[in-house]
Amino acid sequence: MSELFSKIVLYFEYPFVRYAMIAGVLIALCSSLLGVTLVLKRFSFIGDGLSHVAFGAIAIAAVLGLTNEMLIVLPVTVLSAVLLLKTGRRTKIKGDAAVAMISVGALALGYLLMSVFSTSANVSGDVCSTLFGSSLILTLSKAEVAVSVVLSAVVTAVFMLFYNKIFAVTFDEDFARAGGVRAGAYNLLIAVVTAVVIVLAMNLVGSLLISALIIFPALSAMCIFKSFRPVIVFSAIISVVCAAAGILISILAATPVGATVVAADIAAFLICRIAGAAVRRQ
Amino acid sequence: MPLLTVKNLTLGYEGRTVADGISFAVDSGDYLCIIGENGSGKTTLMRAVLRLNSPISGSIETGGGLKSTEIGYLPQQTEVQRDFPASVREIVLSGNAGHAGLRPFYSAAEKAAALSNMEKLGIAHLAKRCYRELSGGQQQRVLLARALCATRKLLLLDEPVSGLDPEAAAEMYDIIDRLNQEGITVIMISHDISAALKYATHILRIGSEIFFGSRNEYIKSRQFADFSAAYGSGEE
Ligand SMILES: Nc1ncnc2c1ncn2[C@@H]1O[C@H](COP(=O)(O)OP(=O)(O)OP(=O)(O)O)[C@@H](O)[C@H]1O
Ligand SMILES: [Mg+2]
Repeated sequence: MSELFSKIVLYFEYPFVRYAMIAGVLIALCSSLLGVTLVLKRFSFIGDGLSHVAFGAIAIAAVLGLTNEMLIVLPVTVLSAVLLLKTGRRTKIKGDAAVAMISVGALALGYLLMSVFSTSANVSGDVCSTLFGSSLILTLSKAEVAVSVVLSAVVTAVFMLFYNKIFAVTFDEDFARAGGVRAGAYNLLIAVVTAVVIVLAMNLVGSLLISALIIFPALSAMCIFKSFRPVIVFSAIISVVCAAAGILISILAATPVGATVVAADIAAFLICRIAGAAVRRQ
Repeated sequence: MPLLTVKNLTLGYEGRTVADGISFAVDSGDYLCIIGENGSGKTTLMRAVLRLNSPISGSIETGGGLKSTEIGYLPQQTEVQRDFPASVREIVLSGNAGHAGLRPFYSAAEKAAALSNMEKLGIAHLAKRCYRELSGGQQQRVLLARALCATRKLLLLDEPVSGLDPEAAAEMYDIIDRLNQEGITVIMISHDISAALKYATHILRIGSEIFFGSRNEYIKSRQFADFSAAYGSGEE
């Protein structure tokens, strides 16, 4: 045990491990805060679609040879979030079909672009790490960590400041609108913040696993708690603990970071599910 | 200037007309009861007044400086997702969301109002309970308490007593009546004609026959209609 502990201490001497930990925990916090609302508003499909759009945007950035991907990925994803929100509401065609079209399209085109134009020797390795986030987070530079910290802080602050409105709009949008809450503006805010969280989370788990990061902690907390605030708080705790545990385990056991974090989230979900059922049976 | 003026309104969905020729006005302090058979467009009308859907034609004007943050609304049905984690207190408090504007937290006064409205409706002991696990009547009280929190000038109620036991219904009418005495303007959709005639100052009937006027005018027109029907000298 003490051997394990000293090993962990040793790893934390490396700045990249510390950076990964800081960024990972903050990203997990943001995604879980938003996750509850997205799940309850049935917006989680938007998260899924956006993560694929972000993948396509990364492919474009790679083709253009941009050194700072964020410059193109963030605006493209935010714009797509706004568009998805609008089409999802207006069209009579099922909103999720539109999302599926966009997301699969972005995925295919992104892969095509990367394999045709990429100058890298290891295209499938690049694609794999973009999709599953394999070791991306361990290669974060100081600047990238700083960006993650700032964006996470902004997302958390926005969420706390608008918490009551977000609840009102999530629970009953018509009532909120009738009472003078600018529901459209808050939906837009939620969409934009979701896009930011997704771009952030790509660093941690890659674009295919982002939905897991958003959905699992929310569902886990909803198994146990039945009021909004406790659900939010508990899902944030679960998400942060799972991210920290996942990153540690992946370093110690040399497993892929993203997949390990998601596996921890799944384990937490199963535990909460069982605990929730046990509490209910009493 | 009336609080609300509706002129020659045609309501419908995707071009299909549901109701037309609706005109009425509501003055501050009025108690308007909207009646009409199922599917006649009462809920659609109320949602149009709240600007939740747009009419096909006609105009809805608010006057007297009425702002949407001064309006409370009790919907007929609230589609709450199964398993939505929300306590009674959280929902009642959310009635204040419109007043708070950009202020992030609820004020002490708003919290006190939420508590007093829960007490008024006899649900204070349920404050910590999960909304989804309450009975239909209890849920209705929660939504009314939320509407009361939002109300400053105008209260719109879509079948407020549906699902309530007779005693609770009487209590509900009493509460609404008291609010009206205190100066809140009330617009209520109801199938309960006797209650409508007991409390309302004005009646709007939409559907197969259209009527708008004061309660007394309505009673007179009814007597005439009944008289005509009984002696077979009416239009029918
Ligand atoms: N979202 C909708 N889309 C299309 N048609 C609708 C929609 N909502 C209601 N309608 C139709 O509009 C008509 C009026 O509905 P509305 O709900 O306003 O009736 P109502 O008078 O409130 O009836 P009730 O007494 O049953 O509450 C109905 O024929 C209904 O089928
Ligand atoms: Mg109705």
